[in-house]
Amino acid sequence: MKAAGRLAVTHRDLPPAADGPPDDPVLIVDHLTMRFGGLVAVNDLSFKVGRGDITALIGPNGAGKTTVFNCITGFYKPTEGMIRLCPEGGGAYLLERLPGHDVNRLARVARTFQNIRLFPRMTVLENLMVAQHKPLMQASGFSLAGILGLPGYRRAEAEAVEKARAWLQRIDLIGRADDPAGDLPYGDQRRLEIARAMCTDPVLLCLDEPAAGLNPRESADLNTLLRMIRDEHATSVLLIEHDMSVVMQISDRIVVLDYGLKIADGTPEQIRTDTRVIAAYLGVDDEEVEAVEAEVGLAGAQA
Amino acid sequence: MAQGSTLPAAAASGTRREASALPEIVKDAALFALVTFGLSIPIVAIRTDLGQGTGLYLTTRWGLVAALCGAVFVLRLIQRLVMLRVGQSRLAAQEKQAASGLAAPVGRLAASLGPLTLGLALGLPFIAVIGGGGLSEGRYWIDLGILILTYVMLGWGLNIVVGLAGLLDLGYVAFYAVGAYTYALCSTVFGLSFWVCLPVAGLFAAAFGVLLGFPVLRLRGDYLAIVTLAFGEIIRLVLINWVDFSGGAAGISSIPRASFFGIPFTAGEGGFASTFGLDFNPMHRVVFLYYLILALALITNLVTLRMRRLPLGRAWEALREDEIACTSLGIDTTMTKLTAFALGAMFAGFAGSFFAVRQGFVSPESFNFLESAIILAIVVLGGMGSQIGVAIAAIVMVGAPELLRNLGFLRAVFGEGFDPNEYRLLLFGLAMVAMMVWRPRGLISDREPSIRLGKAAR
Repeated sequence: MKAAGRLAVTHRDLPPAADGPPDDPVLIVDHLTMRFGGLVAVNDLSFKVGRGDITALIGPNGAGKTTVFNCITGFYKPTEGMIRLCPEGGGAYLLERLPGHDVNRLARVARTFQNIRLFPRMTVLENLMVAQHKPLMQASGFSLAGILGLPGYRRAEAEAVEKARAWLQRIDLIGRADDPAGDLPYGDQRRLEIARAMCTDPVLLCLDEPAAGLNPRESADLNTLLRMIRDEHATSVLLIEHDMSVVMQISDRIVVLDYGLKIADGTPEQIRTDTRVIAAYLGVDDEEVEAVEAEVGLAGAQA
Repeated sequence: MAQGSTLPAAAASGTRREASALPEIVKDAALFALVTFGLSIPIVAIRTDLGQGTGLYLTTRWGLVAALCGAVFVLRLIQRLVMLRVGQSRLAAQEKQAASGLAAPVGRLAASLGPLTLGLALGLPFIAVIGGGGLSEGRYWIDLGILILTYVMLGWGLNIVVGLAGLLDLGYVAFYAVGAYTYALCSTVFGLSFWVCLPVAGLFAAAFGVLLGFPVLRLRGDYLAIVTLAFGEIIRLVLINWVDFSGGAAGISSIPRASFFGIPFTAGEGGFASTFGLDFNPMHRVVFLYYLILALALITNLVTLRMRRLPLGRAWEALREDEIACTSLGIDTTMTKLTAFALGAMFAGFAGSFFAVRQGFVSPESFNFLESAIILAIVVLGGMGSQIGVAIAAIVMVGAPELLRNLGFLRAVFGEGFDPNEYRLLLFGLAMVAMMVWRPRGLISDREPSIRLGKAAR
């Protein structure tokens, strides 16, 4: 534990990553490159996630969004670049240097997965209890005090249950607390996974396609939940999403990736009108094609 | 069965339905008997024996054929009737459950099974003594109880590793061996008593668990299984070949017996019998050993049940469910696996030193792969993670072969020279196949949550 803490060097005087807004970033991704053999999945990507913001990372399929997530949350070690997490009190964690579990334990970055990864045979409540592993583990004296049934641990456990109960009320699953998580409907599992991530008290919450497979009403509920997380907790949100109704309504900033490159970065209004983004998503406009064709003299040949 | 499910499932109509289905069932059973008859003509009906000369003599065995056909007929009849009953009761239970939302009867059964088994285990020596008509006469049953409890303890220990943490360990017997040899060597070389050696053996086995765990726990599933299997063999081969250290294949004999917390079980002055004013009987030691292993097994059980409710235990189960999700929640998977491995190994160490003190003799032969396989089979059959399931599986797996020895009356049916004990592995295999068909998740597959919101509120 100490060794890992030492690894997380506090860098106050590192050069700024990408210039420009947001001014108070919680996460700075700096010249991030990830290669798999000859494939460049992410190419020299720099962006920032503002503190208290909801930032969306969008892009067509295969643009490298999930790879960026895996680099941030410690599942991949980036080929090049630096990922800095700046907690409120100052200092920074270099996420690319932390071992996988310390990204959550020390730097407090939580995530969800594109294909839900709950503990299916454990109950809903147990899922949320596992998320509070770190404080409970300390309270149980790494099981020694716990196995003797000392009161300190019992108090900590009651607190943890209370916190889980609060989250279950918020995501409307209190009635199913003692059911196996795998028995829940899909939409409920998505919400539970977010609640589980939130139970680790994260500084930054990374959501990988939280609205995938949800019906319109469920994704409206999701919007409310994410806004609540942003407004009532000291948690910034970074999400990957394809559902534009979610992205455009709740994001404070949007970063657009295509083929591992950042092609746009700005507010939802800026992104909506950005020609490169439209080109990446819808292909190039017909008029634009004609203009180019005219330029090279193809239009005449066709006419 | 098909027409059974279409009928209304009211209990009152049950008997009527049985009666209406009876001719069909009898016909079906007769068909089975007919097929048996057809099959047994070439296989059973005629036996060739070598005569005095060079010729072969044919002996017809129509009686046996008839017995076989009759047996198949009756068995099929019973099977169909039982299936009919089960189908009915299942339907009725479903209706009842839908109506009142009661907990499954299986859960209630499992809940009452625990105290029942515990009571039986505590009272076994008395039952054996009363049933056998004397201390010495009950010895067979108490010895059998000790054997079963040893496997219950090993099963519970391995359950931590396989059932809770989901790490497939095929070399569990290695830690059992470490425990046994620790006591054997400490007592014969250094003259330490059993009560000193017991914790030492546990700690030593746990240390071996960590030693093995560090390099291999990054492996998953099949790969981990192969490495643990190899580890088990390594320990055994070292014990065989390092003659100076372990006595080689001959093992270590004349290991000191356990004492009653310092009072030896001897006939003379200062022995157990004279201290407590009893007549000397060698059975005192056996009964004491029985309660000793019972206590050790219960400690294993208690610790496991406690651990399940602690964050570390929950992390084990979470690890079994999804390792990647665990990492994303800040759980150090390597450390978590190591603790499970070490704790499981520690209990094997305790059991091992008990084994050594009971036998008074250890040799590498007692720690071969078959032992690991039996312990693993106990855990898998019992239902991964279920404590009472493991206990029942141990009773069945260890007790059933013993039962076969007592089936001498079957000679009357199958002829002289029939030894039921020779069919042990066949029955073993049949039981396994039956389990996989009917209860693929083990005897008791219901998982009891480690915490409930309702209970936690109180």
